Amino acid sequence: MTQIKDRKRMAGFFIKGSLLTGIIVGIILWGGFNWTMALTNTEQFCISCHEMEDNVYKELQETVHWSNRTGVRATCPDCHVPKEWVHKIIRKIKASNEVYHKIMGTIDTPEKFENYRLTMAISEWKRMKATDSRECRNCHNFASMNLEKQEPRSAERHDPHVWEVVDGKTPSKTCIDCHKGIAHHLPKGWEEAAKKAGLQD
Amino acid sequence: MKKPLLITIVGALMLLQAPLVIGEETVTISVKDLKALKSLCASIDGAKTTAAAPISSSAPAAVVSASPDIGKAVKVASLRGFHELDKDAKPVEKKKQFKISGGIEKNWTLQPPSIPHSIEKDRITLKGNTCMKCHSKANHEKEKAPQAAESHYKTRDGKKLEKLSPRRYFCVQCHTPQADAKPLVENIF
Ligand code: HEC
Ligand code: HEC
Repeated sequence: MTQIKDRKRMAGFFIKGSLLTGIIVGIILWGGFNWTMALTNTEQFCISCHEMEDNVYKELQETVHWSNRTGVRATCPDCHVPKEWVHKIIRKIKASNEVYHKIMGTIDTPEKFENYRLTMAISEWKRMKATDSRECRNCHNFASMNLEKQEPRSAERHDPHVWEVVDGKTPSKTCIDCHKGIAHHLPKGWEEAAKKAGLQD
Repeated sequence: MKKPLLITIVGALMLLQAPLVIGEETVTISVKDLKALKSLCASIDGAKTTAAAPISSSAPAAVVSASPDIGKAVKVASLRGFHELDKDAKPVEKKKQFKISGGIEKNWTLQPPSIPHSIEKDRITLKGNTCMKCHSKANHEKEKAPQAAESHYKTRDGKKLEKLSPRRYFCVQCHTPQADAKPLVENIF
């Protein structure tokens, strides 16, 4: 009798013990994971590579996404890392390619960066086009645009009627179709390349 | 210099509404006034008044010493006015570039038209020229912008080119945005 009791007790201890350890380890791992995730999602992390700091980061500083009338700023991850969890993880996994090229030194001089700029830009434009410019829309929303306050040229083009959204059709264009090179310099020969890749009409 | 003569000159300057610093014996007058003064001096026989500063259309003001003891320190106005050389320059007033729909009227026939919009976001570099996003042959219709004129697609011998002529690559060499700013230098063109 006592043996069975003991065994039952042992089993109980074991289950409780492993559950507790599991929870603790889980918290640590999950917390650590999220912490790393948050850490790699800061501007400071992005510009810890001189490739970013010396090129695209400097260029960003000339633009309206860096400083403007109202003092709102978009930093690297706001545009280049999706906000939603699943998409974010996918992007982070894909970023291992960037780590590889960092190690290989693919763009470690300004000249190499320039040579590679068009390839990188096209790849980013493709990503944005494929997601219907999801990251732009984290901040910019058609529904929140006051067309009265835009330049007539812009208002005309942002008008939902032009975009056919009122008829329930999907708009034929997305932000990046027109707004290329708004945060970084345009690569040489971008227009022809973008047209060829179907990213510009 | 005789007293009555000095009084005449000072009186004339007052009529011309030139600023006057009698205490330091220094008179500041504009280029226009200086010309008037010179002719005045010429008409008064025996006048010893000297025009100390060169007459230059680019100088905002010239300084004439009307002091009886010439040789005393004379303040000289530069393009910075009487601003001390070793002091920081006055900060430039910030001006927003104009946006004028319909364009800006030309002052003469062959004038490169002024740019009726802001060009803050545009970049003209070795890599590219963002003006051509809107003003190129391919894009101007879609962008509802005027196409860069035919002359921009010709060599200096009048040969037609497919692409923008290198002579016309640096748009802002000829076309300029406009702002509500007073000219730094008088312009009588
Ligand atoms: C986003 C498109 C766009 C860009 C980029 C652009 N422009 Fe324009 N530009 C226009 C439009 C549209 C007009 C006509 C404005 C109007 O008449 O209301 C215009 C008008 C002009 C005019 C006046 C033409 C005339 O006949 O009066 C000049 C000159 C000009 N632009 C030069 C430039 C230069 C130089 C740059 C580059 C620094 C540039 N533009 C960049 C769209 C653009
Ligand atoms: C060497 C001086 C010069 C340069 C550089 C230059 N332009 Fe012009 N531009 C002119 C003159 C002059 C005119 C007047 C019309 C003409 O030439 O026939 C003009 C006219 C224009 C017009 C008005 C055309 C129309 O039909 O009303 C536009 C738009 C224009 N230029 C855009 C540009 C752009 C964009 C660039 C740069 C890629 C540029 N220009 C470079 C001198 C210049």
